[in-house]
Amino acid sequence: MSWFLVFPLMAPFATAVLSFLYRQRDSGRWIAVTGSLLAVLAALALMVQVLNQGVVVGQMGNWPAPYGITLAADRLSAMMVLLTAISGLAVSLYAAGEVDTTLEVLGFHSLMQILLGGVTGAFLTGDLFNLYVWFEVMLIASFGLQIMGGRPEQIDGAVKYVTLNLVSTVVFLSGIGLLYGVTGTLNMADLRSAVAASDRQGLIAVISMFFLIAFGMKAAAFPLFFWLPASYHTPTHTVSAVFAGLLTKVGVYSLFRVFTLIFDQDTGLAQPILLWVAGLTMVTGVLGAIAQTELRRILSYQIISSIGFLLLGLALSTPLAIAGAIFYLMHNIIVKVALFLTAGVMARLAGGEDLRRIGGLYKTAPALGVLFLITGFSLAGFPPLSGFWGKVLLVKASLASEAWILTAAVLVVGLLTIYSMTTIWAEAFWKNHPDDRDPALADLGDKRGVLLTPIVGLCVLSLGLGLFPQPFITFAEAAAAQLLAPDAYVAAVLGGSGP
Amino acid sequence: MGTLLAVTVGGLVAAAVYLMLQRDMLRFLFGLTLISNAANLLIFSAGQLTAGRPPLVPEGAKAPDPGVANALPQALVLTAVVIGFGLFAFSLVLTLRAYTNLGTLRTDDMRVAEPLGDDVKA
Repeated sequence: MSWFLVFPLMAPFATAVLSFLYRQRDSGRWIAVTGSLLAVLAALALMVQVLNQGVVVGQMGNWPAPYGITLAADRLSAMMVLLTAISGLAVSLYAAGEVDTTLEVLGFHSLMQILLGGVTGAFLTGDLFNLYVWFEVMLIASFGLQIMGGRPEQIDGAVKYVTLNLVSTVVFLSGIGLLYGVTGTLNMADLRSAVAASDRQGLIAVISMFFLIAFGMKAAAFPLFFWLPASYHTPTHTVSAVFAGLLTKVGVYSLFRVFTLIFDQDTGLAQPILLWVAGLTMVTGVLGAIAQTELRRILSYQIISSIGFLLLGLALSTPLAIAGAIFYLMHNIIVKVALFLTAGVMARLAGGEDLRRIGGLYKTAPALGVLFLITGFSLAGFPPLSGFWGKVLLVKASLASEAWILTAAVLVVGLLTIYSMTTIWAEAFWKNHPDDRDPALADLGDKRGVLLTPIVGLCVLSLGLGLFPQPFITFAEAAAAQLLAPDAYVAAVLGGSGP
Repeated sequence: MGTLLAVTVGGLVAAAVYLMLQRDMLRFLFGLTLISNAANLLIFSAGQLTAGRPPLVPEGAKAPDPGVANALPQALVLTAVVIGFGLFAFSLVLTLRAYTNLGTLRTDDMRVAEPLGDDVKA
């Protein structure tokens, strides 16, 4: 059993228990921050191990695969675990400034850690049913975080979030049941050969659609995204940020995993659907963003739009396209978390999120303006910020695949994203505040440090990704190569029990 | 036995979809219970059903006789039932809160998070 795989999972769950025990005191929140820091270290160790060794595999309880539960990390998994830990550290620090004691006493920090643990588990597992269990861990924690505070908007958003996610869970579970009925295994590496060897390919194509719908719903892909803009702007900013950065990406990751590892023989059915879904997701997302006037509602629609870019990489399924999507994934998680946290500070200073009722931030808080510029325009794909390189790779890949309409869609969506970001800039930063308020960063008082440090840290990461993209692009290309030729993954999982 | 289960699952899913398409939270929840039970029965039938042949390993042998039911789906169903129960309990309380806070269970009237007609106001 490999400890490198277990530590990133143990860190959040141990932290959850400890911060629950100390939830009545100030130390509870600092336990959460320390635990998140440990999770980052554990994720870094796993990343180093994956870079040195290739696929890291652990069999839980030393039951050999495919009978036991397998944990496995290739480059994509290790990257996602690291990004989860980094986002976790950022939001738990921000939470120390934002979340008030009534929520802390209810166990806010431990629910957040359980959510992070569930997300990490989903990225590490090599077993389909275990993936379902991690999804549930993640879901139930996110339900709790969504309604914490109990304001009517939160309850309203939660109704839509909970119900639609439960439907997708049922679809996922049915897919697992049917797939087990056809192949007799649930280990993802084992499923690859079992699916290829099965003589009921028609049935398998139908089952793959169950997974497409279930994960597409979690990822907020085109016709299934309605729960996201209904709920993501309602909870505390900390919660919005972690939802925005990670939850939909778990759906995207699962789509990448399942459609490159298990259902990759039959691209005839899934690929055209994915191409349409990807294109429509990016276009509807950005159009929705333009129609909104509230900070977080704009950003929520932008999440949907960027899911489209990620799905485009999977749909084209060339090495360059997948590498582009993986690079875009790195950029997107960091930038989305930073943007939602920035929106939190903006709302706090200007006294609201409706762009028509706020303004004047550039005059009084220019430093915040710089932070928003970096992340907002990185999302829009300004060179040399991090979003630019992901889009360059995706445009190159779609040109190479002669998908002209999708190339045009990527470019137009980029343009509209710039429009939507400049709207925020013009309304919230340039325009005078309608009530002649002069919000300044000093208004944050002694919470200034904990609120701004995570945003600055994420901005630095995003800048690093944009200014020195080459090592990350090389990494993304290697990760894409691993996904497209999963034989090494399969051999590592089924070959023997890990070190 | 398989046919009977298939018909049951189909009937449950049909009833569930009918209930879930109603614009009422409580009916939606009943639909959700039915459809998650349908999914559980589906998994159950995926492991094949054999009457009167328990999947036990005879003394001295290393594997059960061929033709017995697969026990793994039953373990999966057990996990899914527990998780489903937890989620259903949560949804039920959420529905109650929605009724007390929003004053309605009709999903069409739940517009607090996404108010209508807000865009017209300057």
